[in-house]
Amino acid sequence: MGELVSQETAGSVGDVPERGEPVEMLLNMGPQHPSTHGVFRLVLWVDGEKVIRAEPHIGYLHRGSEKLCEGEQYHQIITLFDRLDYVANFNNELVYCQAVEKLMGLVVPERAEYVRVILCELNRIASHLLFVATMGLDAGAMTPSMFCFRGRERVQTLFEAVSGARMMHNYFRIGGIKEDLPDNFEQLVADLLPLLREDVGESDRLLTFNEIFLARLKDVGVISTEDALDFGLTGPCLRACGIEYDVRKAEPYSIYDRFDFDIPVGLDGDCWDRHYVRVQEMYESLRIIEQALDQMPSGDVASSLGRRLIRPPEGEVYARAENPRGEIGVYLVSDGTDKPHRVKVRPPSFCNLSAIEHMLKDSWIADVVVILGSLDIVLGEVDR
Amino acid sequence: MAEADSTLPDEVSEDILSGLTDSKRQFLSQVAGVLEDYEPKLGLLGDVPQLSILPADALSVCRQMKETPGIRMAQLLCLACVDYSDHFQIVYILHSLESDRTLAIKTDVPYDHPAVPSVTSVWRAADWYEREAHDLFGVSFDGHPALSPLLLYDGFEGFPGRKEFPFNDYQEF
Repeated sequence: MGELVSQETAGSVGDVPERGEPVEMLLNMGPQHPSTHGVFRLVLWVDGEKVIRAEPHIGYLHRGSEKLCEGEQYHQIITLFDRLDYVANFNNELVYCQAVEKLMGLVVPERAEYVRVILCELNRIASHLLFVATMGLDAGAMTPSMFCFRGRERVQTLFEAVSGARMMHNYFRIGGIKEDLPDNFEQLVADLLPLLREDVGESDRLLTFNEIFLARLKDVGVISTEDALDFGLTGPCLRACGIEYDVRKAEPYSIYDRFDFDIPVGLDGDCWDRHYVRVQEMYESLRIIEQALDQMPSGDVASSLGRRLIRPPEGEVYARAENPRGEIGVYLVSDGTDKPHRVKVRPPSFCNLSAIEHMLKDSWIADVVVILGSLDIVLGEVDR
Repeated sequence: MAEADSTLPDEVSEDILSGLTDSKRQFLSQVAGVLEDYEPKLGLLGDVPQLSILPADALSVCRQMKETPGIRMAQLLCLACVDYSDHFQIVYILHSLESDRTLAIKTDVPYDHPAVPSVTSVWRAADWYEREAHDLFGVSFDGHPALSPLLLYDGFEGFPGRKEFPFNDYQEF
C-alpha cells in the first residue's frame, strides 16, 4: 500500500525523469519555416539533441498538376511544367517537349536544339547558384549568397531578354522554340559567360573549403550507395555517393552527345559532397555552353508545326532528362485526341526527399536543416 | 486483365519488337527467359521494353528483376497508375545503371477492388509512390507498412486522380 502511494506522489510532481533516462520530445518544424525551402513539415522525435525519428509531411503545395494536364491541350501543358520545379523552368519544359516529340517522331531544328541546351545549362547554373546560396545560409554563411544571387540575377536578365519572363518562361514549343529569338542571342550569352564564371568562382572560393563550412557539412547526413539506389536518389545526390551516372551521358537526349564534359562525383555521400558535386557541375555546364556557342548553326528555330493544334498518335512514351535536382521522367499516355490521357511526372525531388526519414535518424538536431538543405528540394515538384 | 495471362506467338512479338535496337532486344529476351514461369506479354512503351504480368505476380517479378545477376534493376524510377475507366494499370519503370537497361513492367488491376502487392520490400522508393497512388486512385497495395495519405489532407473524400472525379468542383475543407 505504501508503495502505491509513493508512486502516485511521484506522478503528481510531474514526470521528472531519472538522470540518464531517455526522454522523447516532439518537435514540429514547418510547414512555415525558413529553412524547409517551401511549405514542408517535418515532425521530429528528439531525445535531447538527438533525432530518434523524423516524419516528413508533404502535400501542402499539391495542385493536382498531373490531373490538370488531362484537361489541357498539349501546348498548354508547357505552362504547367514550368510550375513544377520553379527554379529550373527550362529543364522542365525541355523534358515535356521531348516526350511529345518522341511520341510524334518530330525533328527539332538544329539551331533550336542548341538554344535549348544553352538555356537549360544556364538554368542549371542558376539553380545550383541558388543551392549554394541557401546551403551557405543554412550553415550560417551570409556573404556567399550575395555573390550567388548576383550571378543568378545575370542569368535571369538574359532569360528575360530571350523569353520575356524571369521565371515561368513558357518558351519552348513542341518541335522547337518560340519563334522570337533575339538577333544578338549569341552575343548576349558570350558576354554573360566570363561574368558568370567569376560569380561561380567567387562563391566557390568563399564557401566550399571554408573551415567552418567543412566542419558543419563533412561526414554529416551520410547515405550509403545501396541506400541511395534503394530510395531512388538521382542527380547530384546519387553522384555524391560516388556513382558516375548522368542521363546526359548514359542515354544522351537532345544533342548532349556532341559535347565534351565530365561527371563530377563525390566520395562519401555526405552533405559536403552533395555541395561539391553541384559546384563542379556549374563549371561543367559552362564548358557545355562554350562548346554549344562554338558549334551553333544559323537557321530556323521555330517548330515545323507552327501554331497548329496537335494530336499525337495513340501510344505511350517515357522520356527522361537530367534536371539540376536529378532525373526527371515523363510518362505520357496519348489516346489520339488533343489532350493527353495521362501525364505522370517522376519528379527528382520527390524521391530524394523520401530518403529524409532514413537520413535524419540518429542525426543531431543542429544538422537537420543542413541535411534537408543539401537535398536541394523544390516543393513545387514534390507535391505537384 | 484478361489478356495479361496469354503469351503472344513468337512471330507476332518479333514484329512488335522490330523497332528495338539489338542491345535492347537481347536484354528483353534475357528478361523474358528469366520470367518464363510468369508468362509475360512482351511489348514496347515508346522505346522502352515492356512486360505485362498478372497483378498477383508483381512482387515476385520485381524481386527477381532486382536480384537476378545480369539484370539487377537497382532503381525503381517511376510507379505510375493510369485510369482506363474499366481497369487501372500500374506501371513500374525500372532501371539498372547501365545504358539501354530500362524496363517497364505493367499490370492491370480491376476497377472495383483495385489491389496489387506492395513492392516496398524490394525498393524503398516505392513507399511514397504507392502512398500517392493510394491517395489519388484508391489502389491498395497489400503489404505496404502504412498507406496513410501523402498528398491529400486527412479526411479528403474521393480519389482525385480518377477520370470520374469532377474537375471543377470545390470541397469544403
